[in-house]
Amino acid sequence: MGLLMARMTYLEAGRRALIEEMRRDAAVWALGEDLGRGGVFGQYRGLQEMFGAARIADTPISEACILGAAVGAAMTGTRPVVEMRFSDFALCAVDELVNQAAKARYMFGGQTRVPLVVREPVGMWRSSAAQHSQSLEAWYAHVPGLVVVCPATPADALGLMKSAIRSDDPVVFMEHKNLWALEGELPEGEHLVEIGRAETVRAGRDVTLVTWSAMRHTCLASAEALAGEGIEAEVIDLRALWPWDRDAVLASVERTRRLVVAHEAVAVAGFGAEVAATVAEALHHRLKAPVRRLGAPRIPIAYAPPLEDEVRVRAEQIATTVRAMCMPAPAG
Amino acid sequence: MKTTANLDLPRMQALHAMMWRIRAFEEAAIAAQRQGLVLGAIHPSIGQEAVAAGICANLATDDLLLSTHRGHGHTLAKGADARAMMRELFGRAGGTCGGKGGSMHIADFGVGMLGANGVVGANIPIAVGAAQALKLRGSGAIVACIFGDGAINRGPFLEGLNWARVFDLPVLFVCEDNGFSATTRTRDLTGGPGAAARAESLGIPARSLDGNDLIALDTAARDAIAGVRSGGGPRFLHCRTYRISGHTAVDPATYRTEEEVEDWRRGCPIDRLAGALELAGVEPAALEAARREAEAEMAAALDEARAADWPATALAFADVQDAGDPREWAF
Repeated sequence: MGLLMARMTYLEAGRRALIEEMRRDAAVWALGEDLGRGGVFGQYRGLQEMFGAARIADTPISEACILGAAVGAAMTGTRPVVEMRFSDFALCAVDELVNQAAKARYMFGGQTRVPLVVREPVGMWRSSAAQHSQSLEAWYAHVPGLVVVCPATPADALGLMKSAIRSDDPVVFMEHKNLWALEGELPEGEHLVEIGRAETVRAGRDVTLVTWSAMRHTCLASAEALAGEGIEAEVIDLRALWPWDRDAVLASVERTRRLVVAHEAVAVAGFGAEVAATVAEALHHRLKAPVRRLGAPRIPIAYAPPLEDEVRVRAEQIATTVRAMCMPAPAG
Repeated sequence: MKTTANLDLPRMQALHAMMWRIRAFEEAAIAAQRQGLVLGAIHPSIGQEAVAAGICANLATDDLLLSTHRGHGHTLAKGADARAMMRELFGRAGGTCGGKGGSMHIADFGVGMLGANGVVGANIPIAVGAAQALKLRGSGAIVACIFGDGAINRGPFLEGLNWARVFDLPVLFVCEDNGFSATTRTRDLTGGPGAAARAESLGIPARSLDGNDLIALDTAARDAIAGVRSGGGPRFLHCRTYRISGHTAVDPATYRTEEEVEDWRRGCPIDRLAGALELAGVEPAALEAARREAEAEMAAALDEARAADWPATALAFADVQDAGDPREWAF
């Protein structure tokens, strides 16, 4: 590959994406709480000095108005990037996202578009407990009109954020808090990643592991461990849940004939169910083992680490599941 | 008695005619609903026409308007085509939203009408965001946001008004106070002195006035909008009116007396303006002609809507979003 590469964190990659897009397009601006001081995690560090307080706007703690204002601003010729701090807080703005942003284009008969990005940091991180740890991506994947993106690497944080800002659809952009410090290689030049295109992170013949967000790294660790035992797992990072790369998943399972979907969110009615059902409908006759889903139990996320860990899907759990699926069927 | 000597007669006659157009549109729509031709819920604004006419008469076409579920009058007064609106209520092709929105989502972006809204108060944050975008783009246009008295008890009212003040946005807030939060009296549900006081507590200059007095309302709207245009940030008008019709066209409104409704019928803003115009020397025949013309226009809109086609069913899948073709994900 002839491209120059640079190492950068997941957090810095998202920051770089916003800087590049704000330089490219004067209609792009950002709004949210504490952005002038860099945002709660430092994703906006230095941006107000760079672009001014009108384009990096410090807002009141008014989640409904932050998102509602972004809807109005998006319908009026600008491309707002909304910061929600924690995806949990974005629940104060569900009307604005689900009833307004997602519906305006359709219910007004195509008279308008709502090109906004809402950044919703998700996931378990440092004992953040029940109201600062959730992964609610499946809710939004269920809503017509929304795009749902869940990057797992610095390169995708950059490339998907740039594509999200350029999208004419409202995009729910779910960054995982536990990935902020993750370092990775980034191309030096313009880097765009198509929303809805999965990445096959690791090739394998025996089982397909479908995942997204931070669970990608858990799945990879599991696949490496399994490789030592002679089981080759293919790992697919969906990167987006709407639209999701059904073709990539079906093509992979067609070959491996086994599927595990693993995600951090609650397993019940999680997006893994959608992937599992789609594969079962299309490839039931080809499967060597029943489809498996791995996700959190249906309990809130606790503060105490040993209780928090009860929610976590671990690499060993994925490996155990895969081993059981790959055992030869009993004779008879 | 208020002097009528300084009345701008052509302007007031035009506003009188506009109020008749709103009234005739809604009466036609109610009749069509009884025949099963207008389908979902419609929320008439009969008795409240002065607010729509008086506010919108002071807006330019490139000014933006956010409206409510009770938005036919606002939409017409902002300049939308009555025939396209009636088709929308019928759910037919050629409707303002292609038949996809109906009464509660009526919108005409071509005249700066950015939508009615099915959620009370939800238009307030959208309005302040539209104003923020206008300011970012260096536009001289402003935003008017009309909501009902029920909206002042929702969180987005506080969030949106505070926001407009903090960012000094070019927004005119209009509380169209018809006295009812759906079917319950708002005064029984509201703490403190109400809409205007709440706006003032956030630093927004506010006026409370008789919303059935179109002459006063026109002046108040002109002054408030001049303040907004001059860069002074948001202004607030609290317009007291009354909903002669029920909450929806099928609501018998048994929660109030006939006498009360009759009192307000006598205070109808159309008749009041007509009285002032007659005193100023306008021929009653001219005022009656305005009514007949409005009724003829809306009867024709009704006939046209009745004859219009349904939207092509393929359009159910259009304008959802760019990403992901929903036809490929139908089961």
